This record gives sequence, C-alpha cells and structure tokens, in this order.
Amino acid sequence: MLEILGYYNYWVFALVLMIGFYAVVARGNLIKKLLGLSMLQSAVFLMYITLSKVEGATAPILQKGVEDQIYSNPLPQVLILTAIVVGVSTTALGLAIVVRIKEAYGTIEEQDILKASGP
Amino acid sequence: MIIVFAVFLLTLLVLTAVAVVRTENLFVAVMLMAIFSLLMATNFFILDAADVALTEAAVGAGVTTVIFLGALALTAEQEKPIVSGRWLPLAVVSVTVLVIIYASFDQPRLGDPGAPAHQHVAPWYLEKTAEFIDIPNIVTAVLASYRGYDTLGEVFVVFAACIGVLFLLSVPPVKPQKSKSSDNSSGLRHHLIPQVVGRLLVPFIFLFGLYVQFHGEYGPGGGFQAGAIIATGIILYALLEGEAAALNAIPKSVLMAMVCGGAMLYGMVGVAGMILGGNFLDYSVLHSDPVIGQQMGIILIEAGVGITVCGALLSIFHAFAERD
Amino acid sequence: MLLDILSWILLCLGGGFVLVGGIGALRMPNFYTRMHAASLTDSTGSILIVVGVMCQAGLSLATIKLLTILIFLLLTGPTATYALANAALLSGMKPQADTDEGRSSS
Repeated sequence: MLEILGYYNYWVFALVLMIGFYAVVARGNLIKKLLGLSMLQSAVFLMYITLSKVEGATAPILQKGVEDQIYSNPLPQVLILTAIVVGVSTTALGLAIVVRIKEAYGTIEEQDILKASGP
Repeated sequence: MIIVFAVFLLTLLVLTAVAVVRTENLFVAVMLMAIFSLLMATNFFILDAADVALTEAAVGAGVTTVIFLGALALTAEQEKPIVSGRWLPLAVVSVTVLVIIYASFDQPRLGDPGAPAHQHVAPWYLEKTAEFIDIPNIVTAVLASYRGYDTLGEVFVVFAACIGVLFLLSVPPVKPQKSKSSDNSSGLRHHLIPQVVGRLLVPFIFLFGLYVQFHGEYGPGGGFQAGAIIATGIILYALLEGEAAALNAIPKSVLMAMVCGGAMLYGMVGVAGMILGGNFLDYSVLHSDPVIGQQMGIILIEAGVGITVCGALLSIFHAFAERD
Repeated sequence: MLLDILSWILLCLGGGFVLVGGIGALRMPNFYTRMHAASLTDSTGSILIVVGVMCQAGLSLATIKLLTILIFLLLTGPTATYALANAALLSGMKPQADTDEGRSSS
C-alpha cells in the first residue's frame, strides 16, 4: 500500500500538468489560458520538489550539535525557489499583452479576435 | 502518518485544478488559483522544502492573485462558454496522463535515498557548506554562492520582464476610457475597520520582510521571499489608502532605481571579485578570511535580489493599477 | 504528561470547531449565514489549535512565534469577514432574516 503511495506525487504531477495543458489548448479565453499555464508551471515545481525529498530527512538547514541528521537535497529546491519568482514576472508580462489585446480588439476570446482580425 | 495528510492535500490540489478550469467566472477562477497556490505551498512544506514553501505562499498566493485581479479589472470577468471542439484536447490530455502514470513506475519512489538526484553534487553541498561558507541554510548557500551565475540570470529575467510590462502598459490607451478615477483612487478610505487594522499591520509586514531578508542565512528566507513580502505590504497600503498615496510614499523613479540598482549591486559584487583577483562572483577574495568573504558576498547579493524583486513586483502592480 | 493530554484536547476541539464551520459554510441557506458560520468558528478554532500547539512546543522561542501568529490571525480574520460583508452589502445583496429560500432548503 505505502509502496504504491510513493508514486502518488508523480500521478498528481501528471494530472495537474495535463489539466493546465487542457486549459491552455481547449479554452478560448486568454486569461484562462494564462491560469492554465501557471498551473502547468506549478506541476513542474511539484515534480522537482518531489525529487528532492529524502525519507526521514529534514529541511536542508544544518543543525548544530545534532549527529547523523540526514537532509533533503537542496539543489532542486534552489532551482524552484528562483523559478517561482521568475514565473510570476513572466505571467505578469503575459497579462500585460492580454490587456493590450483587449484594448486593440475589444475582446479576450480567441475566436472573436480571429474574427475581428479578418482573413 | 504524514503521508495520509500529504495524499489528502494532493487530492485537494487536483480537485482545485479541475475547478479552476471548469468555472466560467474568471474572478472565481483567480480566487481558486490562490487556494491552489496555498495548497501547493503546504505540499512543498511537507516535502521538506521550507524556503520554497515560503516563496510560493508569498508570491503565488499573494502577488500573483493581485496581478491577475488587476488584469481582470481591465479586461472581462466572464468567460464565453466554449462551443465545440473539446473532445480532441480531452482525448490527447487523457492519453498523455496515462502515459506519464505508466512512466512514473520507472521513477525512484518518493524519498528513496538511492535516487540518482541525490548522488551527484548534492552530498558535496551538504558536506562542504559548513567548511567553506559556514552558514546553516544550505539552500541560501547554493543559491547565492555555488550557483551564483544561475541566480544572477534569474534576477535579470525578473528585471527584463518588469521592463517588458512597463513598455506594454505605459503607452496611453488608444480610446479614452470612461473616467472613474475619483471613485477608484480613494481605495478603502471610507471603510474604517480595514483601514485601522491595515495601518496596524503594514509596519509589522515590513519588519517580517526584513527579518526574512537578513535571517535568510540561518533559517528559511532570503532575498526572493523578502522582496515579495515587502512588496505585499506596500500593495496592502496601496489598496487601503489608494494608489496615489502609495506612489507618493515610493515614487516611480525610486522603484526604477530599485529594479536597476539591485541587479547592478549583484553584478558589481561579481566584478569586485574580479578586480580583487578572483573569478566573477567568487566571494572568497572579498575579505582576508575566505569564509567571511563568502558570507559578505552572500549578504550583499541577497540584498540585491531583495531590492530588485520588491521593485519589479511593485512596478508591475502599479502598471496594472494605473491603467484604468 | 498532563500538558500533553490538555494540548490534544485543545487540538481536537479546535479541529471540531473548524469542521463545524466548514459544514456550516456548505449547508447554510444564504450568503450572510454562511459567512457567519465560517468566520466565528474559524476564530475559535484557530485560538484553540494555536494554544494546543503552544502546549506541545513548551516554553521556547516557538511559543512566542505562535503567539504572534495567533495575534495576527485574530486581527485579520474578523477584518476580512467585515470587508467581505461590507462588499456584499455595497454590491446590493440585502440580508434577509427569514427567506423562502431558507425555509425550503432547511
């Protein structure tokens, strides 16, 4: 039972990744697409942090006077820590483009923009 | 025992994700996304990533929600229902989920100490940090010192994204929009209770931000988190007192100076290392004792990161808030 | 030992309050009663849970941090509820003491 639960994080990663991807490809609304994109990004973060976990370990902050303490892998945590802040900046850039599209076309629905821009 | 809790939270995560995609009200979707981020932060904490959890809670649940709401105010709150063509994406997505789940059985089990990810450089970091840098938080040590180039790149990505947002949104709108500025800029000024409580909280949020900034070597924290927390405090001030009051307190020129100055400070620390005879971003030469030099370098570049992130997030917020 | 039992009683009580609040937020008939159910139990539940965790932590730096968190929660929770109710009222949602909707669903 617990052996199977060891893979649960990967399944959640797969589901959230693909739910986000579905929002990107199937929904016409541009803000919904960006929400899906940031969800997809969060799924990748979950994958990396899952890889950093070590059984019976604690957060990688050294404790003085404690012998034989094992720590989780700090490297994926560092990569994701910076990626989260970069993620919000790039999402903001996408939203700025959506705002300009709304001002130019009067809509943020994909089909209406395609109609408005003509053949 | 904790694994039951983790499985519960992960299941909630999937349900929230489905709810975000299904709802047609975008305001509801953004609020659900904040819940999604908070659940994600809790999961990170369970997986021993305290620094990442703090960042996700401050940035994902706080700043991202505010920026999305700012964009919603400028666009539309309701999504048009989709008419056709949803079966092909659904089929593709389902097949891909099944393929990834099938492939996951080749992955190392959660928490396996023998996984390849734990064999390469990570043991070296864990072993040698106490000797070379002598700070307890290894995440900060790797972020600022061992992988300083990487972080420098990320800071410049934040910088570039901020410049991009300002380029896109500082152009005045083509059509003059209906003026509702008098109603909008007053914030929550006529609501007494949120204002009093908010005024009480804002200084403590700053204090906590500074604590996270300067305690980052010893506990979870650092420049990225601190910048986001201080930015949240100022955004709260802007929501309570109105946009103009926040811009009066920290003008745009100061924000731009923060964005550029922080990134410059980071670069200059690297150049200083070169001038003193080391490599770029080699902090050991900053002081006669290499360990103290490393610590000085880390404090300086963390300050640079914090200033840039705070300035960039606030500039982005003001760019969206000023648009209408 | 006594402290341990006391902290578990507090934690279970707090969890129970939050659970009741959650059920209330789902089952109550209209917006204001739902908010009422969620906010009151949330404050009580957070007091009980944080005090329970403080008993577990013993007298240390963690206790002071938990006390700070408790004060923060007690300040922000009711304020958020007030802001929510105020926004609902301003957007034209009138509180009704005895609605048909409430009767039919209860």
